[in-house]
Amino acid sequence: MEVIINGDQHLIDSSNSLMDLLVSLEMTQGQIAVELNGEIIPKSTFEQQQLSDGDKIEIVQAIGGG
Amino acid sequence: MNQHEDTGLQVAGNTYRSRLIIGSGKYKDFDENLAALKASGAEIITVAIRRVNLGQNADEPSLLEVISPEKYTILPNTAGCYTAEDAVRTCRMAREILEGHKLVKLEVLGDQKTLYPNVTETLKAAEELVKEDFDVMVYTSDDPLVAKRLEEIGCVAVMPLGAPIGSGLGIRNPYNIRLILENANVPIIVDAGVGTASDASIAMELGCDGVLMNTAIAEAKQPVLMASAMQKAVESGRKAFLAGRMPHRLYASASSPIDGSFF
Repeated sequence: MEVIINGDQHLIDSSNSLMDLLVSLEMTQGQIAVELNGEIIPKSTFEQQQLSDGDKIEIVQAIGGG
Repeated sequence: MNQHEDTGLQVAGNTYRSRLIIGSGKYKDFDENLAALKASGAEIITVAIRRVNLGQNADEPSLLEVISPEKYTILPNTAGCYTAEDAVRTCRMAREILEGHKLVKLEVLGDQKTLYPNVTETLKAAEELVKEDFDVMVYTSDDPLVAKRLEEIGCVAVMPLGAPIGSGLGIRNPYNIRLILENANVPIIVDAGVGTASDASIAMELGCDGVLMNTAIAEAKQPVLMASAMQKAVESGRKAFLAGRMPHRLYASASSPIDGSFF
């Protein structure tokens, strides 16, 4: 199935949980926040969070800014 | 320390020795940013919230690994947001990144050329964020009525601009800053406009509780040296305010006594 991650389309296995996706993106170490279709997903529920075709995922971090 | 010494900046129940808040944008690298932070004496540093770069090397350090939230108060900002909705979303994401951290800098911009605050969207976002239990330090114009309204909404600090973001034009309307200060019951922090040390001192001499700056340090030819200058400027401006300046006089007033003159 196809999901949109940070504005770009990605093909992923439909059995993937959000945690599986983050592992495959090597995104589990840093201090990040994840939004799924406009809702924040708490880190504690990454494992249980299933994904669907067309989901919009935003993965953000803190960077330099004024 | 005597009774006239500075008691520090109090924001949202915390006391900071330093009244200077610096940004983390526009630096050459994290090391320069950290060196400037140390030289500035600042205890609060702003950060932006942006998409991760999916191709990024997992071994590369991130900003929060270099500037530790355990040592410094991280102030996530909503820079780049033009609507209340985006600003609120950004704060929610920041709270998630920083594991429940409530202190945020709200800024909702109006247009790209001036980066002037969009006050109507700022008011809307402030109301929502206060409702969601954020501690909101809010960037705004130097309009005294708007500043008061933001305080009434429940913002923990009101941060009027001295001049447009990144302009380095200094405190363009000190009289408005004074009007804001006169009515304020929360810290008033000049955010944006400072270009060099004397600008920071002027803000503090007016009685502001603090100064927030990014470009003035990051774009100096020697950012670490400028950071140190700003630390002193904010401190001396504060001391001058506490000391109470002499009155302005049109004519001279001799410093040496007339009595005892032999000529």
